[in-house]
Amino acid sequence: MHMADALISPAVGGTMWAVTGGLVAACARKMKTSMKDTLVPMMGVLGAFVFTAQMINFSIPGTGSSGHLGGGLLLAALLGPYAAFLVMASVLTVQALFFADGGLLALGCNIFNLGFFPAFVAYPLIFRPLAGHAPSRARLGCASLAAAVAALQLGAFSVVLETQSSGLSDLPFRAFVLLMQPVHLAIGIVEGLATAAVVAFVARARPDALFGPHACPAPDAPRSLRFVLTALLLAAALFGGALSWLASPHPDGLEWSLARAAGTAEPAAPASAVHRDLAALQARTAVLPDYGFKSAGPAAEETEASAAPWPAVSAGTSVSGLVGGLLTLGVAALIGLALKKRRTAA
Amino acid sequence: MTLPAVELRTVCFTYPDGNRALDSVSFRVAAGEAVALIGANGAGKSTLLQHLNGALRATSGDVLIGGTPLTRESAPALRRAVGMVFQDPDDQLFMPTVFEDVAFGPLNAGLAPAAVDQRALAALERVGMSHVKSRPPYKLSAGEKRAVAIATALALEPDVLVMDEPSSNLDPRGRRRLIDLLRSFGHTRIIATHDLELVVEVCPRVIVIDGGKLIADGPTDLLLNDEALMLAHGLERPHILRHRHPH
Amino acid sequence: MSQGGWSDVGRMDELGRLATPVHRVDARAKLVTTGLFIVAVMSVSRFEVAALTPFFLYPFALLSLGRIPPGYLFKKILVAAPFALAVGLFNPLFDRETAAVLGPWSVSGGWLSFASILLRFALTVGAALVLVACTGMHRLCAGLEQLGLPRVLAVQLLFLYRYLFAVADEGARMLRSAELRSAGPRPLRVRVYGSLVGHLLLRSLDRAERVYRAMQARGFDGEIRTLQRPRLRGTDLLFVCGWLAFFAAARCWNLAGLLGTLLMKGAS
Repeated sequence: MHMADALISPAVGGTMWAVTGGLVAACARKMKTSMKDTLVPMMGVLGAFVFTAQMINFSIPGTGSSGHLGGGLLLAALLGPYAAFLVMASVLTVQALFFADGGLLALGCNIFNLGFFPAFVAYPLIFRPLAGHAPSRARLGCASLAAAVAALQLGAFSVVLETQSSGLSDLPFRAFVLLMQPVHLAIGIVEGLATAAVVAFVARARPDALFGPHACPAPDAPRSLRFVLTALLLAAALFGGALSWLASPHPDGLEWSLARAAGTAEPAAPASAVHRDLAALQARTAVLPDYGFKSAGPAAEETEASAAPWPAVSAGTSVSGLVGGLLTLGVAALIGLALKKRRTAA
Repeated sequence: MTLPAVELRTVCFTYPDGNRALDSVSFRVAAGEAVALIGANGAGKSTLLQHLNGALRATSGDVLIGGTPLTRESAPALRRAVGMVFQDPDDQLFMPTVFEDVAFGPLNAGLAPAAVDQRALAALERVGMSHVKSRPPYKLSAGEKRAVAIATALALEPDVLVMDEPSSNLDPRGRRRLIDLLRSFGHTRIIATHDLELVVEVCPRVIVIDGGKLIADGPTDLLLNDEALMLAHGLERPHILRHRHPH
Repeated sequence: MSQGGWSDVGRMDELGRLATPVHRVDARAKLVTTGLFIVAVMSVSRFEVAALTPFFLYPFALLSLGRIPPGYLFKKILVAAPFALAVGLFNPLFDRETAAVLGPWSVSGGWLSFASILLRFALTVGAALVLVACTGMHRLCAGLEQLGLPRVLAVQLLFLYRYLFAVADEGARMLRSAELRSAGPRPLRVRVYGSLVGHLLLRSLDRAERVYRAMQARGFDGEIRTLQRPRLRGTDLLFVCGWLAFFAAARCWNLAGLLGTLLMKGAS
């Protein structure tokens, strides 16, 4: 469920970075005041553990496929939500840096999708209440399953929202949702099973690790809910603000190509084109009920509207674009090689 | 009379789960002495060592370092006087580079940056590991890791060096280097080990622990040659003593 | 999730500890430049393909000067490509309106945006990998902290990184012994999995406790103190400004298009 840089616009990426940054700062501050010394090495080693555990697969009975642990929920159970969030952030950062999993622009989104929901929503609001104190194995299993499914559904939906509002993918909202949610329901069940298996093991071998007092304990359900709602409201506000601020001056590709093709910017056509494009953009960014995104049905009228600015595309422009592009790549590679030669010669 | 570097007075320790790990252990170690702590697995050696820097607090009895009782309040200061070298160097080398690991102690002690640098370099020089100071610790061989781990303890210029199984996992050369190093130190040395040959070479005095109790405390030659004593407490007479050839 | 072997992290780490001019540039400068690079690339509008190509100069230049094997990085980018490919592939399906004409062929907007997605992916991911390969985790975390990352998180990253190899080693050994005792390298059954991973977790918890005791023995009191950090030099600022100027130029003008037009004009 890692988001890739390529599907996020700087606006969305930047916003989510701001949200994640805020959460990180809040967690760090919380940990400064109420943290046991032992947490420092514990967080590090458990981060390494989650990283490793993610690479060990188990077979899902009945299907032919395999699954693995995500880790967010388990971390929250062991460390409390604040530390767990930071650990997940660190794991995802290392994955982004070393394995190109997602990329740096999307890292803010990924940390939010994969860290916030397990640590601050699924764990305190679902896992803890369901599990209660000193639960039976069956109860632990149900709690893990429910929490994992919830966390993954919420995470997957975030991915959809983030991708859609970036506008880089043509995939219609409905189609995307119908694709992501069921797949992640399955993944959620799988992860729930994995988490349940490990949690059950640890509960037997070292019960104090799971239900003992955390250094940063989860706040009770009502407080946790308030925290979550505040965070989400702030995120939504930032989102809407950033997007509307960036929408106006941001030159749409269509308008730019039109200006190029015509040689000089033609006042009349671009103006109307800009308006049409802005309307299309705003329709796309209107979140929820109306689903103003491109969908199979209304696509005809929308693409007709956006197709209108295209008539002036000339063959010449496109070919020179292609030639220029290939040449530039070649030049860049040559410069790279030249630099390398100079280094070895030096 | 000079104060003993380390003193235990009827120290008892029981783990939270009820396991009675130490039962009325008393001994004194003078400054500069090298004492080996030997016993079967589970005898209580590691537990005892952890009392020497305050990681564990005795259920009853006293631990004195340089004459000062080791309590919750005095522990942070006394930890500077007792350098611990743990069994697994990987647990001890947790910083990104060797130099930072060795500098960790002095930094925490609040020394000035110049002093920190000087102490770290001196400690690395002492164990012959100056050439790896910029390497990450996991890139070292077992022998190198062990030497660096010792350097991390030396950097605080302690009076007492406490070591838990220092020769484990070392190849013959690494082990020889370690033995030579230990013999060259002037610190008070308390070494818990299964390596009885090392004991013969490094420590003139031996303390035998079994079942949490102090069984014997005396000269190495005497105790390690006592086959009956050795066998009774899960040990044996080391070959180096069995086959003594007059040189 | 990543399938890359953790041993690969070791290779990247080795690359990060080389001593080339690029490696010597302050981590903060490289971080800021890479950030600007990514923003510049991602802000290019979705149908641009040729305009993205000049941006390849940044990763190429750093690769060469930093002596990083290009094939190695290219493989990593390929391995990570599937998600972007999967989602991007829908574009040609949904957007069929002609957006460009190449001689006798017409290219739909969908294909253009798909190509754009791929190029963006290669650029941004490549830049991130190059950043790590020519800085190294240690300097990177120090730089991040100097730029404002909370110390808790910087320390966390370093500890995670430090113990990654140790824990992964343990995990690999346990997995191998499980495989040897079963009918082959099949994925584990859930019960076995729970026990194996559970054991790994317990051992990790034990290890964490031992590390803590080692830290405590050397005077750790909750605050991680660091050695002095090097200061920014003129070359570092030059690095940032120089590249920023290039990114701005590449973003404002379609350099590739200009080059192509020049060539075509010359040819005609």
